Amino acid sequence: MHLFVQACILGVLIGGVYALMASGLTLVFGIMRVINVAQGAMVVLGAYLSYSLLTRLHIDPFVSILLTAPVMFGLGVVVHRLFIRTLRGARREELSLLVTWATALGIEGVLSLTYKTTLRSTITSYSGRSWVVAGYRISELRTFGFAMSVAILICLSLVLTKTRFGRSVRATVQNPTSARLLGVNTDRVSGFGFGIGVATAAAAGAVYGMIYPFNPGSHYDLISRTLSIVVLGGLGSIGGAVVAALLLGIAASVVAVTISPIWASFVFFMVLIGILLLRPQGLFGIRERGAL
Amino acid sequence: MRGAPGARVTGAGIVRAAVVFGGFLAFPFVFRQHWLINMAFFALMYAGLAQSWNLIGGFAGYISLGHVAFFGIGAYAEAILFRHIGIGADGLVPFFVLPGVGLAVGLVCVPIAWVAFRTRQITFAIVTLTLLFVVQDLAFNLHALTRGSQGLAIPPPTFSLYERPFYLGVLAVFALATLIAWHVRRDKLGLALFAIRDDEDKARGVGVRVGQAKVFTFAVSVGLTAMIGAVWAYYLGFIYPQFAVDPLVQIGSVLPVFLGGAGTVWGPVLGAMILVPAQQWLAYRYGASELYLVAYAAVFLGIMLLLPQGILPSIRATLDRWRDRAAAPEGAS
Repeated sequence: MHLFVQACILGVLIGGVYALMASGLTLVFGIMRVINVAQGAMVVLGAYLSYSLLTRLHIDPFVSILLTAPVMFGLGVVVHRLFIRTLRGARREELSLLVTWATALGIEGVLSLTYKTTLRSTITSYSGRSWVVAGYRISELRTFGFAMSVAILICLSLVLTKTRFGRSVRATVQNPTSARLLGVNTDRVSGFGFGIGVATAAAAGAVYGMIYPFNPGSHYDLISRTLSIVVLGGLGSIGGAVVAALLLGIAASVVAVTISPIWASFVFFMVLIGILLLRPQGLFGIRERGAL
Repeated sequence: MRGAPGARVTGAGIVRAAVVFGGFLAFPFVFRQHWLINMAFFALMYAGLAQSWNLIGGFAGYISLGHVAFFGIGAYAEAILFRHIGIGADGLVPFFVLPGVGLAVGLVCVPIAWVAFRTRQITFAIVTLTLLFVVQDLAFNLHALTRGSQGLAIPPPTFSLYERPFYLGVLAVFALATLIAWHVRRDKLGLALFAIRDDEDKARGVGVRVGQAKVFTFAVSVGLTAMIGAVWAYYLGFIYPQFAVDPLVQIGSVLPVFLGGAGTVWGPVLGAMILVPAQQWLAYRYGASELYLVAYAAVFLGIMLLLPQGILPSIRATLDRWRDRAAAPEGAS
């Protein structure tokens, strides 16, 4: 029982970080119906940027997010401008999958050239520290990561519900044609949305790099997990992604301690197959004609 | 619609097929350098993978990102089989069991396909991509069967004609895939698949058995993929999870389809014949696999953005324009 509760605590804390990664992915899908397969590679890129800023300039990873997030936002806008906006025709959604996959390969290649393929870890003074509450160990680092993820997610939802930009985003999600007719610049909204999605990857990457060792090839593992999360939550639903991330985080960490860590990522895939059998549109997805 | 399913068999078509396959067949007897035959082996391997992928990805418009999972299953099936039964005195038994491997994998995939086809478009792509990681995970974790990351060895062949049997083996599977693609395109099944690609709900509405058509085509497609995986495993002699189920092989079998022209019979072949030598040259020129990744991504993005239709459909469209322009003055006068 003690082990089980401990695993749940770990799962919730790491689930928060996954929620951040997945929210960027699902936001981008909601706005432009594009799955950014490069999201995992961008998380790894974010991890490397934070790693470099810590080792070269001694900037704490949580602080360096303030630097990396705007840079990665710019990268997202550029990628969208060059590769996503230029896709035309009826099959652009499927083509976008392949284009973002190619982007992921490109990022992986550049990272392997600059950093080689050895595993790295971002190690700070508080990396190994943890609090003990009622007999349970709670890692300081993971708690900070979780808190930061929750804070960013709250900011994101405030931006989406309270600002003019957020209203244009939601209008574009609901009906791009009507949004354009009412004067929303959907191209710019898409570009900004893509940028925000990538910026969340920067933040998630900083935390990811402190929790797990990573190398340029790590992005496959990340993207497979985050894709399972967004399908479980319902494509396009940020709230769904958060709930799904927490559920899968807990499930994976319980399996890791009770069965074996090598089967932990398998939980993600099993849940995905289960959800497709029972509820193909995901927990909070809406069944749309042609979408599923 | 030009080249639509149900098109007649033309003399030109037969000559084209005879020239292409005659050329492939003669290749290892004309060129004897090992490196050339090795390159041709991989060109045919990717042509076969692309051709199989095209059946479901090009004809039916279902982008599967998990075909390499079945490539890996075929490879492991071959390796596990021949650790136990041996490869025979002449070393040719592994080629004779290929149809069995293809058939078995085709049957095994039916329930998987049935689940995956509950989704469409992007979600289908995600589900199949997940399949890739599931199979890779299994290859790592089912240690008793696959020996995990230690890899699995296949006994080396005894024949002296070093690469030629492998070349002919992969050529046979490739020819089978091309024959199937050609036949499906002329068949009612091809019509059903094109209807699914254009509008699945309407296709279902007019009475196309969409579920059956999709699952059957998927089974054929992954069966062929598994056979190629089996030849590949025997050729390499040693397989590891990360190379048997490699996302790069997946991309390598999708890219030729888009380069040559999705939904055509010769497009994927043309694409593979351009890409594989280019890829080998890049690997030879730059050695380090990292730069090769970047170059690959660049080629990929270039094709997607500049030539989204693919080479063959673009040529066809240009020829049509010329023909129209040549015919226009007469029509006007």
